[in-house]
Amino acid sequence: MEQKPGAPYPTEADLIRALQARDQSAYAELVERYSPTIYNLALRMMNDREEAEEVLQETFLSAFRAVQRFEGRSQLSTWLYRIAYNAALMRLRKRQLPTTSMDEPAQNEEGDIMPRQLVDWTGRPDEMLLASELRRVLDDAVASLPETLRSVFTLRDIEGLSTAETAEVLGLTETNVKVRLHRARLALRERLSSYFAAVDAVRGAQAGRAYVG
Amino acid sequence: MSVECHEHLDCLSDYIDGELDPTLCAEIEHHMAACGDCRIVVDTLRKTVSLYRNYGHEEVPEDAKERLYAVLKLAYRADDQEAST
Repeated sequence: MEQKPGAPYPTEADLIRALQARDQSAYAELVERYSPTIYNLALRMMNDREEAEEVLQETFLSAFRAVQRFEGRSQLSTWLYRIAYNAALMRLRKRQLPTTSMDEPAQNEEGDIMPRQLVDWTGRPDEMLLASELRRVLDDAVASLPETLRSVFTLRDIEGLSTAETAEVLGLTETNVKVRLHRARLALRERLSSYFAAVDAVRGAQAGRAYVG
Repeated sequence: MSVECHEHLDCLSDYIDGELDPTLCAEIEHHMAACGDCRIVVDTLRKTVSLYRNYGHEEVPEDAKERLYAVLKLAYRADDQEAST
């Protein structure tokens, strides 16, 4: 397929009409515009690059088949992200791993919310770690969240969707999106605090030994 | 952390997003002026969000995108063949 990024689709309605007319450059435009968020949502939900890629392909193939029936009641982006979310959810259900519970563990909810780590590490992470190491720490922390929090956090804080669009994609109320986002942030803050406090302690000990030696 | 700290905890995301009611905002700021623990929680919460905004997004790998275009091309061909029969 020939890629023509920046093809002239001044409005979303123009792009939808071109997609329904099977215009190949319109599909290239669709991929360029929306594949980044779809890939990131799939990656965070599946925690697996190969499966994220499969979800990406499934999403665009489903859109290709269903676009004739798309009536524009939601934004194109919302429609696509919802297809991707459902595709990832189906895969997670098939996996049925005990660690990827579909429901938030009720007994941990309150425990996750209470801050236990009260170390100020705000000046450190960007300087302390190589970019690749920092990414690994961030990835591991998100992977530790339950799915219900991962999807909300990815769409809101990593991909920058609004509360309203996130709610529509995930089929939640806006209040629910806000509550889950807050829980996700607190849980991630806790994990990053533990990590950076430990790194700091090791470095402090190394510096101490160097001074003594 | 005190009972007062816990009372403010639920509002902290709205606070750092600038979406909190001004009266509650003033209450939190008044509390934080005297509470080092809450200042740390707010600062590290804000830093957590900013780290993910800056480093959380991954580009779609080029080879994955090429495979996606190849899959779509096949779907086009199948669609054309169906239309012409």
